[in-house]
Amino acid sequence: MPGLEEGFAALPFAALRSAALERAAALGCRHADLRIEKIRTQSVVLRDARLEGAVDDVTVGMGVRVVRHGAIGFAGSVEINLDAAAGLVAAAVEAAKVTARAGGEAVELADEPDHGTVAWTAPYRIDPTEVPLGEKIALLGDWSADLLGARGVDHVTASLLGVAEDKYFANLEGTVATQRRVRLQPSLEALAVDEDSSSFETMRTLAPPVGRGYEYLDGEGWDFPAEIAMISELLAEKLRAPSVEPGRYDLVIDPTNLWLTIHESVGHATELDRALGYEAAYAGTSFATIDQLGRLRYGSELMNVTGDRTVPYGLASVGYDDEGVAAQQFDLVSGGVLVGYQLDRRAAALAGITRSNGCAFADSPLNIAVQRMANVSLRPAAGPGPTTAELIESVERGIYVVGDKSWSIDMQRYNFQFSGQRFFFIDHGRIAGQLRDVAYQATTTDFWGALARLGGESTYLLGGACNCGKGQPGQVAPVSHGTPSALFAQIRVLNTRKESGR
Amino acid sequence: MTARAASGLPAAPQVVEEALAASRATASVVIVEEVSDANVRFANNTTTTNGVRRDRRVAVVSFADSPSGMRAGVAAASAPSDVAGLVAASESAAADSEPAADASPLEPAGSDPAFEAPPETTDLGVFAALLDDLGPAFAAARAEQRVLAGFATHEMRTTYLGSSAGGRLRHVQPTGALELVARTADGSASSWAGIGTPDFAEVSLAALDEELQRRLGWAERRLELGPGRYEVILPPDAVADLMLELDFAASGREAEDGGTVYSAGPGRTRVGERLTKLPFAMWSDPAAAGLECAPFVVAASSSVDTSVFDNGLPIGAVHWMKDGALSRLRYHRAGARRSAVTFQPAADNLLLTLPGAAGSLDELVAHTGRGLLLTCLWYIREVDRSTLLLTGLTRDGVYLVEGGEVVGAVNNFRFNESPLDALGRTIEASRTDRALSREWHEWANRTAMPGLRIAEFNMSSVSPAS
Repeated sequence: MPGLEEGFAALPFAALRSAALERAAALGCRHADLRIEKIRTQSVVLRDARLEGAVDDVTVGMGVRVVRHGAIGFAGSVEINLDAAAGLVAAAVEAAKVTARAGGEAVELADEPDHGTVAWTAPYRIDPTEVPLGEKIALLGDWSADLLGARGVDHVTASLLGVAEDKYFANLEGTVATQRRVRLQPSLEALAVDEDSSSFETMRTLAPPVGRGYEYLDGEGWDFPAEIAMISELLAEKLRAPSVEPGRYDLVIDPTNLWLTIHESVGHATELDRALGYEAAYAGTSFATIDQLGRLRYGSELMNVTGDRTVPYGLASVGYDDEGVAAQQFDLVSGGVLVGYQLDRRAAALAGITRSNGCAFADSPLNIAVQRMANVSLRPAAGPGPTTAELIESVERGIYVVGDKSWSIDMQRYNFQFSGQRFFFIDHGRIAGQLRDVAYQATTTDFWGALARLGGESTYLLGGACNCGKGQPGQVAPVSHGTPSALFAQIRVLNTRKESGR
Repeated sequence: MTARAASGLPAAPQVVEEALAASRATASVVIVEEVSDANVRFANNTTTTNGVRRDRRVAVVSFADSPSGMRAGVAAASAPSDVAGLVAASESAAADSEPAADASPLEPAGSDPAFEAPPETTDLGVFAALLDDLGPAFAAARAEQRVLAGFATHEMRTTYLGSSAGGRLRHVQPTGALELVARTADGSASSWAGIGTPDFAEVSLAALDEELQRRLGWAERRLELGPGRYEVILPPDAVADLMLELDFAASGREAEDGGTVYSAGPGRTRVGERLTKLPFAMWSDPAAAGLECAPFVVAASSSVDTSVFDNGLPIGAVHWMKDGALSRLRYHRAGARRSAVTFQPAADNLLLTLPGAAGSLDELVAHTGRGLLLTCLWYIREVDRSTLLLTGLTRDGVYLVEGGEVVGAVNNFRFNESPLDALGRTIEASRTDRALSREWHEWANRTAMPGLRIAEFNMSSVSPAS
């Protein structure tokens, strides 16, 4: 099978598929799917250029989901053999039967065609989990030493997460999909202490996590040495910077910060399972309820947001989702109006939508697939569009916000607060030094309504995270968000020292 | 009650012995974790997803002496069929590594006579009574225009730890929780209740549902309040949310490096400093009744204050804060030697007590002239590490208290507040009860906290969420 890791590809998939799905059909299951996965995760952490910890972890397991007795049942195990496959089907059917006793709705899944036997591999060159540990320690050690050697830097932490995911999926419809993808998350953070005032500041690299191979660390998609070389000076400037005057400012938000605001205020708010109340006990619901589809004014007319599971290097990009639905692109917000949701097959059926747009994902073979986020991205200005510098030039008094840090949003995705890595004061179209202690706070629709200008394609960046949490038991999902720089008018800025009563 | 194929995996103690026997390293540690769990979710008055899972994780730590120092390497896998291969992978990771900054001699740990015992398991049967009660609860909620959502989870985790220094330790960790959210059908009001428990014998859905109905009753009168500093009453569950943040930040090395709320300038910590006016005690104890947790170190990887070299060392009771003063921070052995302080591993429970506090949460309400009674907190994130300023939101029920009585429900707020400052501004505490942090219980299930009445809690803005 092209792409799959050798040991994984050697598993007896056809026999396991028969053992599970034929058994499920015989037990009268309306739907059934089998997912077998191998997830290799490597992490390396250095503190002050010395190794603090490194782990190489492999999870191999399989999970079976059925719909029977009008209910869903799921069972998963790390044991992979034919008896275990049949045992999981029996356990999943039993789980459906037991929970169906509580009554309630009969589960329906939106139809999805049989895609036959298909294979998909993400675009990468070097599997990060195949690079020797010593090489990673050496690279992070060199970068840490460079940063630590720079003036004013007192401590440096460095980390690298590399993941390779191999997956086999088969369902009763007939789809058999094998897939392989990788991801990488590098990060360095410098800490500077001002001995006189005993105050300190940190600054982290802005390089986003990506669905790329180890070539990412060698200049494909990011210039790490250049970024690391900038940090000490920026950090020293931040440590001396004045504390922000709270109030309303025009914000030019860099993609390195805006991706997270998109994630929280648009990505999660347009998940249909949330909007329908299925996450009420945990992740929350959404202000963007389905009765407002096609009518809700989400933001200014400049706002066009898409969901996309196909974009190259996207952390949520796949060929087929974990319900056998082919990856798609779709509109969520068009011209500032809510026009769509992210779906899995159950939520689609609940809303009377004929087909899922392929947003089911499970973070482990031992977890049931739930609706998770597509790469939700903001479209840049048409044509060449303004550069970030041109956006800044158009602002009389404002702040240019760079890099993400702290984030928080309420259970219906109205009220949010974000901080960042760097904040530059904009005075009459010019950068006039950094500010400290900045956070911005807004209500989602007010914020997007204040979107005044979009940057062009040249400002566009695919940001993202590997740790998006949802579901119970909790699952983490990787997801990317593409965005240009953008200008938001008159957003409330807080001073976080004053907020703490100091 | 759940059908389960008989496990074809070799017994965990056997895996430990096989891995130790295969090792060619200077020393080695093998950790096998057998996890059996079951869960049920529900929402919109219907059950939704569920799961019955069987997990086994094997981690091999190899220590390799070299002229420049001891190196460590970790390889971990779920149910590896090739144990010798995993051992070889950890040895090659050690060879590929550099001398460990946290190196310490591996100590012989004791031998548990129950080491050979099989792992404990659980299944959906543990929720039998709960599932029996859910159907009628859904029916009643539908009839009364309420919508129930929630989650029940139960896990049995059996840890086997073997070391070439001679230790053979076993620990069984039960972890369970039930959460229930009730919303009015029009979505105008909601409330939450949760309970952490090692088993479901004492858990009553009806009791949680009754408390939620009482709170939804309070919400029949609705008031709007603006941002500002309010006196608040935090129930034990919300106190757990905040105190766990104080615990997460309690790394000795990070405090010394500068930059945490426990830093007292470069190289110095605030240990010994009085932090709160009231004589609070914050502590952990693996033997705390109802909150029992592993009494020895289990570390499948090293971090800033946890070391693979400390595997198997005993964890005793510890006061992090005593008489309102900071008394201890976390260090692994190498870190403790470096800083000339006491080795202090983390423990998997956390308790906060105020000596003499014996009243109930209702008594805190009765003593309040004007204030806000909260239900729980949500989406808590660190804004400023140096003050441990946190932001987050109130969720699923904020109630106005006037003259010692709840007079109605108010809107939700975003807060910006440091838990240490909040503890310092505490006026009164109730007795300490088992608490479930809504935000963190998946990582920190075992907490016991008092309710707290706190002055001038900073509600930074209003959240329209309901």
